[in-house]
Order: sequence, then C-alpha cells, then structure tokens
Amino acid sequence: MSSVIRATDWRVATVAAIAPETPRAATLTLDVPGWDGHRAGQHLDVRLTAEDGYRAQRSYSIASAPEDGRPMITVEELFDGEVSPWFVQVAREGDEFEVRGPFGGWFVWDAGDTEPIMLIAGGSGLVPLMSMLRHRRNAGSETPAKLLVSAREADDVLYARELERIGVEVVLTYTRRAPRDWTGYTRRVDRAMLQEVALFGGRTYICGPTTFVETVANHLVALGEAPAQIRTERFGGG
Amino acid sequence: MTTRGFHRKRDTTPGDRLPPGQYLERGFPVLSAGPTPETALDEWTFRIAGAVEEERTWTWEEFQALESETPTVDIHCVTTWSKFDTTWEGVSVDTLLEGVEPLGGYVTAFSDGGYTTNLPVEDITGGRAWVVYGFDGDDLEPEHGGPARLLVPHLYFWKSAKWVRGLYFREEDDPGFWETLGYHDRGDPWLEQRYQGD
Amino acid sequence: MDHLDGNAAAGELSEVFALDVTTAVATCAGCGTTGPLAQAMVYEAGMGTVLRCPACDSVLLRYARGGGQLRVEMRGVTVLRWRSEPR
Repeated sequence: MSSVIRATDWRVATVAAIAPETPRAATLTLDVPGWDGHRAGQHLDVRLTAEDGYRAQRSYSIASAPEDGRPMITVEELFDGEVSPWFVQVAREGDEFEVRGPFGGWFVWDAGDTEPIMLIAGGSGLVPLMSMLRHRRNAGSETPAKLLVSAREADDVLYARELERIGVEVVLTYTRRAPRDWTGYTRRVDRAMLQEVALFGGRTYICGPTTFVETVANHLVALGEAPAQIRTERFGGG
Repeated sequence: MTTRGFHRKRDTTPGDRLPPGQYLERGFPVLSAGPTPETALDEWTFRIAGAVEEERTWTWEEFQALESETPTVDIHCVTTWSKFDTTWEGVSVDTLLEGVEPLGGYVTAFSDGGYTTNLPVEDITGGRAWVVYGFDGDDLEPEHGGPARLLVPHLYFWKSAKWVRGLYFREEDDPGFWETLGYHDRGDPWLEQRYQGD
Repeated sequence: MDHLDGNAAAGELSEVFALDVTTAVATCAGCGTTGPLAQAMVYEAGMGTVLRCPACDSVLLRYARGGGQLRVEMRGVTVLRWRSEPR
C-alpha cells in the first residue's frame, strides 16, 4: 500500500482558521494531511458534498506563500454563487471539505526567477499574485516588481493594509467608487493607464475575470509586449 | 464525506412535468463548447442534404418566408436543469421536409463552429422538431443559438443544436460532438438516456 | 458565457496525465500554433470541457465524464511536449 498521496487525489481538508478580508471575502487556513508545499501562483480544487450526495467543485488560488506553512485560500462571495457563499458565510473552524492539488506550472513565480515582474489583478485575481508577492518578500528578493489592482471600491481591495508594506509599488484603480480625497485612477484598466504604469520587458502576470484578463493582455501586446512573456489566469464564477 | 451546512442552491421537488433527476431553473443557463459564431444573415443558409430524395437550401430571406409556428415547450438539459413553458418561433422540420422523403433513418444536425449532434429521424418529424429563430417574443440571441437553432424539446437539450445550418440524413447513426464523448445517441429525458448504454 | 484558460482544466486532466498539463506545450492540428496548454481557451460546457487553440479556436482536446467513464479526445493536438530530464 502506497503512502504517497498524489496531488491528484482528493483528500479531506479541515478549516483551521477563518478570517474576514473584506465585507465579502474571507481567508481560510487549511489543515491538509500530507501537504507537501506549493509554488506561488498555484491553485487548489475544492469539492463540497451535501447530505443528499450533491457535489460541487471549484478552483481557488492559494493566497499564502510556499514558506508560510499551511495553505490559505481567499474566497470572495459571488452574487448568486453556490459554493463561495459557503466559504464566506457558513464555514467555521473544524469544518471539512475535500481538496485536490496544488496545480499549475505555468502561472507560477519562484524567487529564483530574476526577470522583472508586472502583476495585474482584477478583483479577486489578486489572490495568486499576493502569494507571489508574499513569497518575494519572504525570500528578500530584489527582483523589480510592481502591482496594478483594479477594484470596484476600497472595500473590495483584498489585503489592503498588507499591500502597503509588501515591498513593491502598488497602483490602484477604482471602477465604481473611489474613496474621498482619492487622487488616483478611477476607471477600468485601459491602454493609456498601462502605458503609464506597467513595467515592460520582463514577465507579466494577469489574473481576474476573463474579459478583464483578455482586455489587459490585448492592450499589452498592442503596446509591444511579447505574448510569450504574458502569463494569464482567468477566473470563472460560483 | 459530507460538508456541514452545504446544500445545492436549487429545488429539486419532483413533479409530473420534471423528468427524473432534473430541477426547475428560472434562468436560462448559457453553456457552450466554444465561442459564439457570428454568421452574417446574408451569408446564412439552411441545408437539407445527404440521404434524401432531393437536397434543399434556403437563404435567410427564403427561410423567413416559410410558414412558421410558435411552440411553447418544456426543455430539459442533461446537466439537470429544466425550464417550463419556453416560447419559440420558427419553422417545423416537417415543413422543411415537405415532399422530400428521408432515405436514411438517422440525421446529423450541423452548426456553425463545427458542432454536430445525431438523432433518429422519427425524433425530428411528426411535429416534434423546429428550426427556431425567435425566443420569448424576440429574435433568438447569439448566446442562445441565434440566428437559428434546432429545437427538439422531447429530447435532452444538447440535441437542440445552436447555430444550426442544416440537417444531414444518413443510413447509419454517426455520433456527434457530445455523443463521441459518451453521451446518448437518442437522449430521452423521461428514460434518463444521458450516457451511452443508459 | 465566458471561457477560462488551461489552468482551469489542470485538476481534471491531472487524473489523466502524470506530467503537469499546464506546462505541456501543444501543437494545434488546425493551424500549427504551439503554446502551453495553460493558455488554451477552456469552455466548461457543463456536459464536458473543451480546450481550444487560442490562435484559431479549433478544438485541441475535449473530455467528458458519464456512465462511469472518462473520455478524452485529442485529435486536435498533433504533438504534446513536456520538459523532461535525460534518462
């Protein structure tokens, strides 16, 4: 009998801790038996089974850095969602569900990578990028990096306080309502904004809803970035 | 194992009108295997071809001139959602086949974007199928299959091919896009014919 | 509906491929474009999942579960390539 748990096997995760991030998002720390670490940017598949046998499956990016020990996921509750409301509203310490993974070898960043990185997040697309930035900070890396976050309003920005001391320049743009006294961007990410803000010539990571990711990627290519240097991860609903 | 406090979002109270394993959906989910095709109406044609006495083609204008009907039907998706009393506007397949005898027992519906689905001929004749271009009193939207889709409501909804461009009749069944991936060749929701061998 | 990218198919396909599918480089049988499956366009159609070439939209790979079977069809990929250590 093999004692090796493959990343592809479903295993039971226990909620070790849960903390709100924003009014609509929470971060859960998970105890996963046999957890063997992960790379910054990877995700977990989760599976919830109801008493009548009904099952739902989703993917969530790991928010914690590889060296932070137990994996943490940040889940944002989607309007009319089926799974995300469970994580944000119902879950409590000791609850169990199944996980599989971690997965992903493309949308990852390791502190040993020395190319400058431009990180662009749409809403909860910030989660895997935060894993990368935490990893970068933990490693004491001096790789040039910059983060652009698009959020509806201030209440929606994940990790807002931690971003102030994450060690890279963070540019925010609010698309619905800006805080009072805000002098920064107040619109969707567009070509002019990218031209002013983005780090070019290194590697770019874009994460968020599909339309956001594709719009931003298309702009960057139009601005001369090589498509092969742009890594994307599109989020769905639920 | 089960997760405390988790349950499905929808109600699956069975009723006379819900086939086994289905739940009643109020929205209209959009599920696609690919991008929404964009076919200009002046390029759109509908073809009847293959094992038939006589092949036929209509342009959009010619198609619009055909006698149309407004069926109100329940629809059932194999992913378990059902919707009652959906209203459509379009041309009965019987009208399209008027005076043309299919020579084979099977038909493949083919669509823009490459989608195909296979059915027995008797499941698209006798008032059981339409090619529809209107939904809920309006033009059929592209994401729901517009300009026109097949409508075969007595079978699971994947047989109602979106963006349909024609019917190809055959003597032998030829599994289509989902059927080659294990879904049923006929797909009767009342017999729960979801997968091959059901 | 929105499509996702190859990252979304990583979990399901990890049951089939022992190597990381997101970094697998696929050559499209339709247009010859080569790129990592992480960047393929993924359509989760409820009935199954379809991966399409980001350049030409033709189907690279598709899979579905049902009736106790998992089926994968890959005619749309000419070659699938992974980084590999020499033996």
